[in-house]
Amino acid sequence: MFDVLSEYQAEIWVSIGETFIMVGFSILAALLIGLPVGTFLFLCRKGQLIENQVVFSSLNLIVNIIRSFPFLLLVIFLIPFTRLIIGTAIGTAAATVPMCIIAIAHYSRLVEQSLLDVPKGVMEAAVSMGASVKDIIFKFLYVEARSSLVLSMTTSTISFISYSTIMGVVGGGGIGDFAIRYGYQQFRSDLMIYIIIIMVVFVQLVQYAGITFARKIDKR
Amino acid sequence: MITLHNVSKRFGTFQAITSVSLHIKSGEVHGIIGASGAGKSTLLRMMNLIEHPDEGEIIVDGQTFNHLKGKQLRHMRQTLAMIFQGYHLVGNKTVFDNVVVALKLAKVPKKEQTAKVMESLRFVGLESLKDQYPAQLSGGQKQRVAIARAIVTQPRVLLCDEPTSSLDPNTTAEVLEVLRRINQEFGVTIVLVSHDMEVVKSICERVTVMAQGQVYETVQIEPTGIQKLENSAEEFVKWLRTGGDEDRV
Repeated sequence: MFDVLSEYQAEIWVSIGETFIMVGFSILAALLIGLPVGTFLFLCRKGQLIENQVVFSSLNLIVNIIRSFPFLLLVIFLIPFTRLIIGTAIGTAAATVPMCIIAIAHYSRLVEQSLLDVPKGVMEAAVSMGASVKDIIFKFLYVEARSSLVLSMTTSTISFISYSTIMGVVGGGGIGDFAIRYGYQQFRSDLMIYIIIIMVVFVQLVQYAGITFARKIDKR
Repeated sequence: MITLHNVSKRFGTFQAITSVSLHIKSGEVHGIIGASGAGKSTLLRMMNLIEHPDEGEIIVDGQTFNHLKGKQLRHMRQTLAMIFQGYHLVGNKTVFDNVVVALKLAKVPKKEQTAKVMESLRFVGLESLKDQYPAQLSGGQKQRVAIARAIVTQPRVLLCDEPTSSLDPNTTAEVLEVLRRINQEFGVTIVLVSHDMEVVKSICERVTVMAQGQVYETVQIEPTGIQKLENSAEEFVKWLRTGGDEDRV
Protein backbone atom coordinates (compact mmCIF):
# COMPACT_ATOMS: atom_id res chain seq x y z
CA MET A 1 0.00 0.00 0.00
CA PHE A 2 2.64 2.49 1.07
CA ASP A 3 4.75 1.79 -2.03
CA VAL A 4 1.90 2.77 -4.32
CA LEU A 5 1.00 5.81 -2.25
CA SER A 6 4.58 7.02 -2.04
CA GLU A 7 4.92 6.58 -5.83
CA TYR A 8 2.10 9.10 -6.31
CA GLN A 9 2.79 11.09 -3.14
CA ALA A 10 3.20 14.46 -4.85
CA GLU A 11 0.03 14.10 -6.94
CA ILE A 12 -1.95 12.87 -3.95
CA TRP A 13 -0.95 15.87 -1.84
CA VAL A 14 -1.88 18.25 -4.64
CA SER A 15 -5.24 16.50 -5.00
CA ILE A 16 -5.90 16.63 -1.27
CA GLY A 17 -5.07 20.34 -1.38
CA GLU A 18 -7.57 20.85 -4.21
CA THR A 19 -10.24 18.99 -2.25
CA PHE A 20 -9.49 21.16 0.78
CA ILE A 21 -9.85 24.33 -1.32
CA MET A 22 -13.19 23.23 -2.80
CA VAL A 23 -14.59 21.95 0.47
CA GLY A 24 -13.16 24.90 2.44
CA PHE A 25 -14.83 27.47 0.20
CA SER A 26 -18.06 25.47 0.34
CA ILE A 27 -18.00 25.53 4.14
CA LEU A 28 -17.32 29.26 4.07
CA ALA A 29 -20.22 29.87 1.66
CA ALA A 30 -22.50 27.67 3.77
CA LEU A 31 -21.65 29.64 6.91
CA LEU A 32 -21.67 33.12 5.42
CA ILE A 33 -24.70 32.74 3.14
CA GLY A 34 -26.38 29.40 3.91
CA LEU A 35 -26.75 30.19 7.61
CA PRO A 36 -28.51 33.54 7.05
CA VAL A 37 -30.65 32.10 4.23
CA GLY A 38 -31.71 29.17 6.45
CA THR A 39 -32.44 31.54 9.32
CA PHE A 40 -34.50 33.74 7.02
CA LEU A 41 -36.37 30.68 5.71
CA PHE A 42 -37.22 29.76 9.30
CA LEU A 43 -38.24 33.26 10.37
CA CYS A 44 -40.45 33.82 7.29
CA ARG A 45 -42.43 30.60 7.78
CA LYS A 46 -46.10 30.73 8.70
CA GLY A 47 -46.53 31.60 12.37
CA GLN A 48 -42.93 32.70 12.82
CA LEU A 49 -41.49 36.03 13.83
CA ILE A 50 -41.36 37.83 10.46
CA GLU A 51 -43.89 35.66 8.65
CA ASN A 52 -43.83 36.46 4.95
CA GLN A 53 -45.34 33.89 2.64
CA VAL A 54 -44.01 35.49 -0.56
CA VAL A 55 -40.40 35.60 0.64
CA PHE A 56 -40.67 32.14 2.19
CA SER A 57 -42.19 30.53 -0.89
CA SER A 58 -39.65 32.16 -3.23
CA LEU A 59 -36.63 31.20 -1.11
CA ASN A 60 -38.05 27.74 -0.52
CA LEU A 61 -38.52 27.19 -4.24
CA ILE A 62 -35.00 28.34 -5.10
CA VAL A 63 -33.45 26.11 -2.43
CA ASN A 64 -35.55 23.16 -3.59
CA ILE A 65 -34.68 23.66 -7.26
CA ILE A 66 -30.93 23.81 -6.53
CA ARG A 67 -31.12 20.72 -4.33
CA SER A 68 -33.18 18.88 -6.95
CA PHE A 69 -30.48 19.23 -9.62
CA PRO A 70 -28.32 16.17 -10.14
CA PHE A 71 -25.00 17.74 -9.08
CA LEU A 72 -23.17 16.88 -12.30
CA LEU A 73 -25.87 18.68 -14.32
CA LEU A 74 -25.75 21.64 -11.94
CA VAL A 75 -22.01 21.97 -12.57
CA ILE A 76 -22.57 21.96 -16.35
CA PHE A 77 -25.62 24.25 -16.09
CA LEU A 78 -23.62 26.80 -14.08
CA ILE A 79 -20.69 26.98 -16.52
CA PRO A 80 -21.78 30.35 -18.02
CA PHE A 81 -22.31 31.76 -14.51
CA THR A 82 -18.95 30.39 -13.34
CA ARG A 83 -17.26 31.98 -16.36
CA LEU A 84 -18.93 35.28 -15.49
CA ILE A 85 -17.70 35.16 -11.89
CA ILE A 86 -14.25 33.61 -12.20
CA GLY A 87 -13.42 34.38 -15.83
CA THR A 88 -12.99 30.70 -16.67
CA ALA A 89 -15.07 27.55 -16.30
CA ILE A 90 -12.06 25.27 -15.85
CA GLY A 91 -9.88 24.63 -12.80
CA THR A 92 -10.13 24.39 -9.05
CA ALA A 93 -11.22 28.02 -8.57
CA ALA A 94 -13.99 27.58 -11.13
CA ALA A 95 -15.06 24.36 -9.46
CA THR A 96 -15.68 26.19 -6.20
CA VAL A 97 -18.58 28.14 -7.75
CA PRO A 98 -21.07 25.25 -8.19
CA MET A 99 -19.75 23.77 -4.94
CA CYS A 100 -20.59 27.01 -3.10
CA ILE A 101 -24.05 27.20 -4.71
CA ILE A 102 -24.99 23.67 -3.65
CA ALA A 103 -23.41 24.26 -0.22
CA ILE A 104 -25.61 27.31 0.39
CA ALA A 105 -28.78 25.44 -0.61
CA HIS A 106 -27.83 22.31 1.30
CA TYR A 107 -26.84 24.00 4.56
CA SER A 108 -29.67 26.55 4.53
CA ARG A 109 -32.23 23.73 4.50
CA LEU A 110 -30.48 22.00 7.41
CA VAL A 111 -30.28 25.30 9.33
CA GLU A 112 -34.01 25.80 8.85
CA GLN A 113 -34.68 22.29 10.19
CA SER A 114 -32.35 22.86 13.17
CA LEU A 115 -34.08 26.10 14.11
CA LEU A 116 -37.49 24.42 13.88
CA ASP A 117 -36.35 22.17 16.73
CA VAL A 118 -35.85 25.13 19.08
CA PRO A 119 -38.78 25.11 21.52
CA LYS A 120 -41.24 27.80 20.53
CA GLY A 121 -41.46 28.87 24.16
CA VAL A 122 -37.85 30.06 24.11
CA MET A 123 -38.70 32.54 21.36
CA GLU A 124 -41.88 33.49 23.17
CA ALA A 125 -39.88 34.26 26.31
CA ALA A 126 -37.43 36.31 24.23
CA VAL A 127 -40.27 38.33 22.71
CA SER A 128 -41.78 38.90 26.15
CA MET A 129 -38.41 40.27 27.32
CA GLY A 130 -38.47 42.85 24.55
CA ALA A 131 -35.88 41.17 22.31
CA SER A 132 -35.47 42.44 18.76
CA VAL A 133 -35.31 40.00 15.82
CA LYS A 134 -31.49 40.30 15.85
CA ASP A 135 -31.42 39.58 19.60
CA ILE A 136 -33.69 36.58 19.16
CA ILE A 137 -31.44 35.15 16.43
CA PHE A 138 -28.09 35.64 18.18
CA LYS A 139 -28.99 35.46 21.87
CA PHE A 140 -31.62 32.71 21.73
CA LEU A 141 -32.01 30.77 18.46
CA TYR A 142 -28.35 30.14 17.61
CA VAL A 143 -27.49 29.48 21.26
CA GLU A 144 -30.24 26.89 21.67
CA ALA A 145 -29.67 25.29 18.26
CA ARG A 146 -25.87 25.36 18.32
CA SER A 147 -25.22 21.63 18.63
CA SER A 148 -27.75 20.88 15.90
CA LEU A 149 -26.13 23.53 13.68
CA VAL A 150 -22.72 21.90 14.22
CA LEU A 151 -24.11 18.46 13.38
CA SER A 152 -25.75 19.91 10.27
CA MET A 153 -22.42 21.42 9.24
CA THR A 154 -20.77 18.04 9.79
CA THR A 155 -23.32 16.33 7.54
CA SER A 156 -22.93 19.10 4.97
CA THR A 157 -19.13 18.90 5.00
CA ILE A 158 -19.28 15.16 4.29
CA SER A 159 -21.67 15.85 1.40
CA PHE A 160 -19.30 18.54 0.09
CA ILE A 161 -16.43 16.03 0.12
CA SER A 162 -18.65 13.69 -1.87
CA TYR A 163 -19.66 16.44 -4.33
CA SER A 164 -16.01 17.43 -4.80
CA THR A 165 -15.17 14.00 -6.24
CA ILE A 166 -16.91 14.79 -9.51
CA MET A 167 -15.34 18.20 -10.01
CA GLY A 168 -12.80 16.61 -12.36
CA VAL A 169 -15.44 17.15 -15.03
CA VAL A 170 -14.50 20.85 -15.08
CA GLY A 171 -10.84 20.28 -14.26
CA GLY A 172 -11.39 20.98 -10.60
CA GLY A 173 -9.11 18.17 -9.52
CA GLY A 174 -9.38 16.85 -6.01
CA ILE A 175 -8.78 13.49 -4.44
CA GLY A 176 -11.83 11.88 -6.07
CA ASP A 177 -10.73 13.01 -9.49
CA PHE A 178 -7.26 11.62 -8.75
CA ALA A 179 -8.80 8.22 -7.89
CA ILE A 180 -10.69 8.19 -11.20
CA ARG A 181 -7.83 9.36 -13.41
CA TYR A 182 -4.94 7.51 -11.83
CA GLY A 183 -6.83 4.57 -10.36
CA TYR A 184 -9.78 3.71 -12.58
CA GLN A 185 -8.62 5.02 -15.97
CA GLN A 186 -5.08 3.62 -15.65
CA PHE A 187 -6.34 0.26 -14.37
CA ARG A 188 -4.70 0.80 -10.97
CA SER A 189 -7.56 -0.59 -8.89
CA ASP A 190 -5.29 -0.86 -5.86
CA LEU A 191 -4.55 2.87 -6.03
CA MET A 192 -8.26 3.63 -6.32
CA ILE A 193 -9.04 1.50 -3.29
CA TYR A 194 -6.29 3.21 -1.24
CA ILE A 195 -7.69 6.62 -2.16
CA ILE A 196 -11.16 5.44 -1.17
CA ILE A 197 -9.69 4.31 2.18
CA ILE A 198 -8.11 7.76 2.64
CA MET A 199 -11.48 9.38 1.92
CA VAL A 200 -13.28 7.04 4.32
CA VAL A 201 -10.77 7.90 7.06
CA PHE A 202 -11.17 11.58 6.28
CA VAL A 203 -14.99 11.38 6.48
CA GLN A 204 -14.76 9.41 9.74
CA LEU A 205 -12.53 12.12 11.21
CA VAL A 206 -14.93 14.87 10.18
CA GLN A 207 -17.88 12.93 11.60
CA TYR A 208 -16.06 12.17 14.85
CA ALA A 209 -14.91 15.78 15.29
CA GLY A 210 -18.42 17.09 14.54
CA ILE A 211 -20.19 14.74 16.92
CA THR A 212 -17.64 15.31 19.70
CA PHE A 213 -17.87 19.08 19.40
CA ALA A 214 -21.68 19.06 19.17
CA ARG A 215 -21.89 16.87 22.26
CA LYS A 216 -19.50 19.15 24.15
CA ILE A 217 -21.54 22.28 23.49
CA ASP A 218 -24.95 20.69 24.06
CA LYS A 219 -26.02 21.45 27.64
CA ARG A 220 -29.74 20.86 27.21
CA MET B 1 -52.57 50.13 35.77
CA ILE B 2 -53.64 47.76 32.98
CA THR B 3 -57.01 48.21 31.35
CA LEU B 4 -58.39 45.97 28.66
CA HIS B 5 -61.25 47.60 26.83
CA ASN B 6 -63.52 45.40 24.71
CA VAL B 7 -60.68 43.22 23.44
CA SER B 8 -61.42 40.33 21.11
CA LYS B 9 -59.20 37.73 19.55
CA ARG B 10 -59.91 35.12 16.90
CA PHE B 11 -57.64 32.26 15.75
CA GLY B 12 -58.93 31.25 12.34
CA THR B 13 -62.57 30.36 12.90
CA PHE B 14 -62.14 29.98 16.69
CA GLN B 15 -63.23 32.99 18.72
CA ALA B 16 -60.77 32.86 21.65
CA ILE B 17 -61.73 36.14 23.36
CA THR B 18 -64.99 38.00 22.92
CA SER B 19 -65.18 41.65 23.88
CA VAL B 20 -63.47 41.41 27.26
CA SER B 21 -63.03 44.43 29.50
CA LEU B 22 -60.90 44.18 32.63
CA HIS B 23 -59.01 46.50 34.93
CA ILE B 24 -55.91 45.43 36.85
CA LYS B 25 -55.12 47.75 39.77
CA SER B 26 -51.59 48.90 40.50
CA GLY B 27 -49.87 46.77 43.15
CA GLU B 28 -52.51 44.04 43.34
CA VAL B 29 -52.22 40.31 42.76
CA HIS B 30 -54.96 39.58 40.29
CA GLY B 31 -55.95 36.05 39.38
CA ILE B 32 -57.59 34.90 36.18
CA ILE B 33 -59.21 31.52 36.53
CA GLY B 34 -61.14 29.31 34.17
CA ALA B 35 -61.21 25.91 32.54
CA SER B 36 -58.91 24.91 29.66
CA GLY B 37 -59.81 26.84 26.54
CA ALA B 38 -61.52 29.61 28.52
CA GLY B 39 -59.18 32.15 26.95
CA LYS B 40 -57.30 33.14 30.11
CA SER B 41 -53.79 32.58 28.70
CA THR B 42 -54.71 34.38 25.49
CA LEU B 43 -55.99 37.29 27.56
CA LEU B 44 -52.75 37.39 29.56
CA ARG B 45 -50.63 37.19 26.40
CA MET B 46 -52.53 40.15 24.99
CA MET B 47 -51.48 42.27 27.97
CA ASN B 48 -47.88 42.38 26.68
CA LEU B 49 -48.94 41.98 23.05
CA ILE B 50 -47.45 38.54 22.49
CA GLU B 51 -50.89 38.12 20.97
CA HIS B 52 -52.31 41.19 19.27
CA PRO B 53 -56.03 41.77 19.80
CA ASP B 54 -58.20 41.91 16.69
CA GLU B 55 -60.35 44.54 18.35
CA GLY B 56 -60.31 46.66 21.49
CA GLU B 57 -57.66 48.53 23.40
CA ILE B 58 -54.96 47.61 25.88
CA ILE B 59 -54.12 50.59 28.05
CA VAL B 60 -51.11 50.54 30.35
CA ASP B 61 -50.73 53.55 32.65
CA GLY B 62 -53.09 55.56 30.50
CA GLN B 63 -51.16 54.85 27.31
CA THR B 64 -52.76 52.80 24.58
CA PHE B 65 -50.36 49.94 24.18
CA ASN B 66 -51.64 48.04 21.15
CA HIS B 67 -50.62 50.72 18.67
CA LEU B 68 -46.97 50.66 19.74
CA LYS B 69 -44.43 49.20 17.35
CA GLY B 70 -40.69 48.45 17.13
CA LYS B 71 -38.46 49.88 19.83
CA GLN B 72 -41.35 51.44 21.82
CA LEU B 73 -43.18 48.13 21.97
CA ARG B 74 -40.03 46.26 23.01
CA HIS B 75 -39.32 48.85 25.69
CA MET B 76 -42.86 48.59 27.03
CA ARG B 77 -42.60 44.80 27.15
CA GLN B 78 -39.59 45.14 29.44
CA THR B 79 -41.82 46.74 32.05
CA LEU B 80 -44.29 43.85 31.79
CA ALA B 81 -42.23 40.75 32.58
CA MET B 82 -43.66 37.29 32.05
CA ILE B 83 -43.21 33.76 33.35
CA PHE B 84 -44.63 30.63 31.80
CA GLN B 85 -45.80 27.16 32.74
CA GLY B 86 -42.95 25.62 30.70
CA TYR B 87 -40.30 28.00 32.16
CA HIS B 88 -38.88 28.65 28.66
CA LEU B 89 -35.26 28.86 29.78
CA VAL B 90 -32.45 28.59 27.25
CA GLY B 91 -31.07 25.09 27.81
CA ASN B 92 -27.60 25.97 26.55
CA LYS B 93 -27.17 28.92 28.92
CA THR B 94 -26.22 28.66 32.57
CA VAL B 95 -28.59 29.98 35.24
CA PHE B 96 -26.50 33.18 35.38
CA ASP B 97 -26.58 33.63 31.60
CA ASN B 98 -30.32 32.96 31.46
CA VAL B 99 -30.87 35.83 33.87
CA VAL B 100 -28.26 38.23 32.52
CA VAL B 101 -29.74 38.09 29.02
CA ALA B 102 -32.75 40.10 30.27
CA LEU B 103 -30.35 42.86 31.42
CA LYS B 104 -28.50 42.79 28.10
CA LEU B 105 -31.79 43.21 26.25
CA ALA B 106 -32.67 46.11 28.54
CA LYS B 107 -29.23 47.65 27.75
CA VAL B 108 -28.20 47.77 31.41
CA PRO B 109 -24.50 48.80 31.68
CA LYS B 110 -22.22 45.76 31.79
CA LYS B 111 -20.58 46.71 35.08
CA GLU B 112 -23.95 46.64 36.86
CA GLN B 113 -25.09 43.33 35.40
CA THR B 114 -23.32 40.83 37.66
CA ALA B 115 -24.50 42.50 40.87
CA LYS B 116 -28.09 42.70 39.64
CA VAL B 117 -28.13 39.07 38.52
CA MET B 118 -26.72 37.88 41.84
CA GLU B 119 -29.21 40.01 43.76
CA SER B 120 -32.04 38.53 41.74
CA LEU B 121 -30.77 34.96 42.18
CA ARG B 122 -30.33 35.57 45.90
CA PHE B 123 -33.94 36.74 46.11
CA VAL B 124 -35.19 33.43 44.66
CA GLY B 125 -32.63 31.45 46.68
CA LEU B 126 -30.56 30.14 43.77
CA GLU B 127 -27.30 32.06 43.90
CA SER B 128 -25.34 28.88 44.59
CA LEU B 129 -26.67 27.34 41.35
CA LYS B 130 -25.58 30.19 39.07
CA ASP B 131 -23.22 27.99 37.04
CA GLN B 132 -25.66 25.11 36.58
CA TYR B 133 -27.61 24.49 33.38
CA PRO B 134 -31.44 24.21 33.38
CA ALA B 135 -31.22 20.45 32.68
CA GLN B 136 -29.53 20.06 36.07
CA LEU B 137 -32.38 21.78 37.95
CA SER B 138 -35.74 20.61 39.31
CA GLY B 139 -39.00 22.06 38.00
CA GLY B 140 -39.34 24.41 40.96
CA GLN B 141 -35.75 25.64 40.57
CA LYS B 142 -36.31 26.24 36.85
CA GLN B 143 -39.39 28.30 37.60
CA ARG B 144 -37.43 30.31 40.18
CA VAL B 145 -34.73 30.99 37.56
CA ALA B 146 -37.50 32.17 35.23
CA ILE B 147 -38.78 34.44 38.03
CA ALA B 148 -35.25 35.77 38.64
CA ARG B 149 -34.96 36.50 34.91
CA ALA B 150 -38.32 38.25 34.97
CA ILE B 151 -37.63 40.49 37.97
CA VAL B 152 -33.98 41.34 37.30
CA THR B 153 -35.00 44.30 35.14
CA GLN B 154 -37.30 45.57 37.92
CA PRO B 155 -40.55 45.40 35.94
CA ARG B 156 -43.72 47.00 37.23
CA VAL B 157 -45.93 44.10 36.28
CA LEU B 158 -45.32 40.35 36.36
CA LEU B 159 -47.57 38.28 34.10
CA CYS B 160 -47.70 34.65 35.23
CA ASP B 161 -49.10 32.07 32.82
CA GLU B 162 -49.93 28.94 34.86
CA PRO B 163 -46.57 29.17 36.69
CA THR B 164 -47.30 26.28 39.06
CA SER B 165 -49.22 23.89 36.83
CA SER B 166 -46.26 21.55 36.32
CA LEU B 167 -45.19 21.59 39.97
CA ASP B 168 -45.98 19.43 43.01
CA PRO B 169 -47.85 21.03 45.97
CA ASN B 170 -44.71 21.80 48.04
CA THR B 171 -42.89 23.38 45.13
CA THR B 172 -46.06 25.25 44.18
CA ALA B 173 -46.15 26.74 47.69
CA GLU B 174 -42.48 27.81 47.38
CA VAL B 175 -43.05 29.48 44.03
CA LEU B 176 -46.20 31.24 45.28
CA GLU B 177 -44.26 32.48 48.30
CA VAL B 178 -41.62 33.99 45.99
CA LEU B 179 -44.38 35.70 43.99
CA ARG B 180 -45.98 37.01 47.18
CA ARG B 181 -42.64 38.50 48.29
CA ILE B 182 -42.14 40.12 44.90
CA ASN B 183 -45.52 41.78 45.26
CA GLN B 184 -45.00 42.86 48.87
CA GLU B 185 -41.33 43.91 48.79
CA PHE B 186 -41.16 45.50 45.35
CA GLY B 187 -44.80 46.50 44.84
CA VAL B 188 -44.88 44.62 41.55
CA THR B 189 -48.39 44.13 40.17
CA ILE B 190 -48.96 40.45 39.50
CA VAL B 191 -51.46 38.95 37.09
CA LEU B 192 -51.67 35.22 37.60
CA VAL B 193 -53.46 32.83 35.28
CA SER B 194 -54.39 29.46 36.74
CA HIS B 195 -56.99 26.76 36.50
CA ASP B 196 -56.35 25.85 40.16
CA MET B 197 -58.72 27.48 42.65
CA GLU B 198 -56.36 26.75 45.59
CA VAL B 199 -53.48 28.61 43.92
CA VAL B 200 -55.66 31.60 43.18
CA LYS B 201 -57.19 31.66 46.67
CA SER B 202 -53.81 31.49 48.36
CA ILE B 203 -52.24 34.52 46.70
CA CYS B 204 -54.72 36.72 44.82
CA GLU B 205 -56.60 39.75 46.05
CA ARG B 206 -59.08 39.76 43.18
CA VAL B 207 -59.99 37.00 40.80
CA THR B 208 -61.55 37.18 37.38
CA VAL B 209 -63.49 34.09 36.32
CA MET B 210 -63.45 33.35 32.59
CA ALA B 211 -65.31 30.95 30.36
CA GLN B 212 -65.68 30.60 26.62
CA GLY B 213 -63.56 33.65 25.93
CA GLN B 214 -65.61 35.94 28.13
CA VAL B 215 -65.26 37.37 31.63
CA TYR B 216 -67.93 35.90 33.85
CA GLU B 217 -67.20 37.82 37.03
CA THR B 218 -64.45 39.54 39.03
CA VAL B 219 -64.48 38.68 42.75
CA GLN B 220 -62.65 40.32 45.65
CA ILE B 221 -60.84 37.78 47.84
CA GLU B 222 -61.41 38.86 51.45
CA PRO B 223 -62.44 36.88 54.54
CA THR B 224 -65.84 36.28 53.00
CA GLY B 225 -64.51 36.50 49.51
CA ILE B 226 -63.37 32.90 49.29
CA GLN B 227 -66.90 31.72 50.02
CA LYS B 228 -68.11 34.27 47.51
CA LEU B 229 -65.69 32.91 44.93
CA GLU B 230 -66.79 29.37 45.59
CA ASN B 231 -70.44 30.45 45.30
CA SER B 232 -69.47 32.24 42.16
CA ALA B 233 -67.88 29.05 40.85
CA GLU B 234 -71.15 27.18 41.44
CA GLU B 235 -73.14 29.90 39.70
CA PHE B 236 -70.53 29.91 37.00
CA VAL B 237 -71.05 26.19 36.34
CA LYS B 238 -74.82 26.80 36.18
CA TRP B 239 -74.20 29.70 33.84
CA LEU B 240 -72.11 27.48 31.60
CA ARG B 241 -74.84 24.83 31.61
CA THR B 242 -77.36 27.37 30.41
CA GLY B 243 -75.13 28.21 27.48
CA GLY B 244 -73.17 31.09 29.00
CA ASP B 245 -74.94 33.72 26.95
CA GLU B 246 -76.40 35.71 29.83
CA ASP B 247 -74.55 38.99 30.33
CA ARG B 248 -72.83 38.71 33.73
CA VAL B 249 -69.95 41.14 33.28
